[in-house]
Amino acid sequence: MKPYTMDFDVKARDFSSAGESSSKFRKTLLMLSIPSDIVRRASIAAYEAEMNIVIHSYGGKMHFEIYSDKIVIIADDTGPGIKDLELAMKEGYSTAPKEVIEMGFGAGMGLPNMKRNVDNMEVVNHDESGTKIVMTINF
Amino acid sequence: MKVKDILSHEFTLVAGEGGIEKEVSNVYVCDLLSFVMSHVKSGSAWVTIQTHVNVIAVAVMTEISCIIICEGEKLDENAKEKADDENIPVIAFNGSSYEAAIKLSEMIK
Ligand SMILES: Nc1ncnc2c1ncn2[C@@H]1O[C@H](COP(=O)(O)OP(=O)(O)O)[C@@H](O)[C@H]1O
Ligand SMILES: [Mg+2]
Repeated sequence: MKPYTMDFDVKARDFSSAGESSSKFRKTLLMLSIPSDIVRRASIAAYEAEMNIVIHSYGGKMHFEIYSDKIVIIADDTGPGIKDLELAMKEGYSTAPKEVIEMGFGAGMGLPNMKRNVDNMEVVNHDESGTKIVMTINF
Repeated sequence: MKVKDILSHEFTLVAGEGGIEKEVSNVYVCDLLSFVMSHVKSGSAWVTIQTHVNVIAVAVMTEISCIIICEGEKLDENAKEKADDENIPVIAFNGSSYEAAIKLSEMIK
């Protein structure tokens, strides 16, 4: 079966529109009557990934695929990549700048939160050309 | 308890009136958004001093029932609009997060 797909551009450092793609994705899941615990997990994972593009990258895209038995969330940006991925995956590790921390971001919980809320998370690229993360939630 | 049961002269609604019939079953106090994303339960009243628009997105994603903004901090104008759109009640409180939590805990009993 062909999935229902959604694509969004995510701008770097644009905090006023940050979270919009995850928010539209969430509304679509609700419209499609996806179970509520799945909607919550998918929304949290998508939002953390989207905010990482806003905060840490030069800009990128969010891509969503909704199948009858799974959801795929892909966050893909244009750099600068994640130098030490093992360190970045640790709770509490963050390179977020001060002004972002004052907004309550940058607790270093985003990547661990993403991993915890999905069934599979793969960082398929994290070199200087960009970070690409593929997450899957099965129903 | 419903969100509307919290409202008083001390806890004043500043946005998101469409959501005041929502049930409140828990209280969570935190200003770090990713902590909220990972720890808060659905249906919670979220006590914070953050006032920017991203707070509303966090509340939507985690299915929070309402946001209580403490220390007399003012909600940003674009956050107010978003809260109205998303039916997330935002309540202003002049005291500290600690005082808000004590009063909410009395109400929720
Ligand atoms: N898309 C990205 N591009 C570049 N670096 C990233 C990206 N996502 C995460 N990182 C790096 O990994 C760290 C940890 O990310 P995360 O767990 O989401 O915490 P936080 O966003 O709070 O810093 C970030 O501080 C940053 O250094
Ligand atoms: Mg993050």
